[in-house]
Amino acid sequence: MGNVTRSSGEGGFVPPSSADFELPPIFGDNAYTTKPIFLVFLSIILISVFFILASRRAAIVPSKLQFAGESIYSFVRNDLARDVIGHDFLRFVPYLFTLFTFILVNNLFGIIPLLQFPTMSRVSFPYVLAVTIYLVFHYVGIRKQGAIKYFKEIMFMPGVPKAAYILITPLEILTFFVVRPATLALRLFANMFAGHLLLLVFILGGEHLLQGVIGLKLISPFAFIIGIALTFFEFMVQCLQAYIFTLLAALYIAGALADEH
Amino acid sequence: MEGTLNLVGFGLAAIGPGIATGLIFAAYINGVARQPEARSVLQPIAFLGFALAEALALFGLVLAFVL
Repeated sequence: MGNVTRSSGEGGFVPPSSADFELPPIFGDNAYTTKPIFLVFLSIILISVFFILASRRAAIVPSKLQFAGESIYSFVRNDLARDVIGHDFLRFVPYLFTLFTFILVNNLFGIIPLLQFPTMSRVSFPYVLAVTIYLVFHYVGIRKQGAIKYFKEIMFMPGVPKAAYILITPLEILTFFVVRPATLALRLFANMFAGHLLLLVFILGGEHLLQGVIGLKLISPFAFIIGIALTFFEFMVQCLQAYIFTLLAALYIAGALADEH
Repeated sequence: MEGTLNLVGFGLAAIGPGIATGLIFAAYINGVARQPEARSVLQPIAFLGFALAEALALFGLVLAFVL
């Protein structure tokens, strides 16, 4: 919504930039009342209401709503948790399920009319999610194997020639403690950010063409058509990113649980 | 012309991870096509490799904005 007012006007075309993602506070100058914050709360309400309605009056012959809710749940439970983590996966299902639905709904806000802002294109939200995963998979690993054995296996991979440790140990430490959480957050952020920017380019560009001379006006529908096509593409990317994020979270947990890495 | 050369650099830096991701998924698809029952074994490996390869592209993206 914030972007609609910022159209090109009589000057040249102003290409959308990262400044388009810094939305002003809604209430006064309280910096905590920006649109992404409200979208997060909205997503929590939507998810809770949907799944409470879907699981209420559960029957053996499911209603349509119950079927929809259960298929999402069984997707996370079977395809993500069970196939990746293996036995003992059940205690991680609630966490992975929360992650998946939360990210999915927040991503989909990017293409839902009137909302049209993917919450995860503000980098702090993916950071927080990645920090929770970081804590979870290290905690799980330490609980399962004991702190000393866990860190020893990260730093000194068993079955590697002694001389290779000079190379492998720093890389492994970097991978486990920096690269994994950082890339997890940045992948989600970058995809949502770039996708939203892509849509802005075509929609705002089409709008700008519409204000030009008659020849440009004729071209502008093409920009809008591409914008609409990209919206469907974005839908695919948004679902895929929610899936990949949850899958990698499950993989990291599975890696911490495994006896040898 | 306005803008920053960082983005050109990021474009160049994304070539490598792009090819790498393509190779990883090509191998994964190949494997699943040859032996469909190996899918659940191959999937975590493929996605872990993909995550590692894409990490490089993400570093490029971050540096394009930070530098």
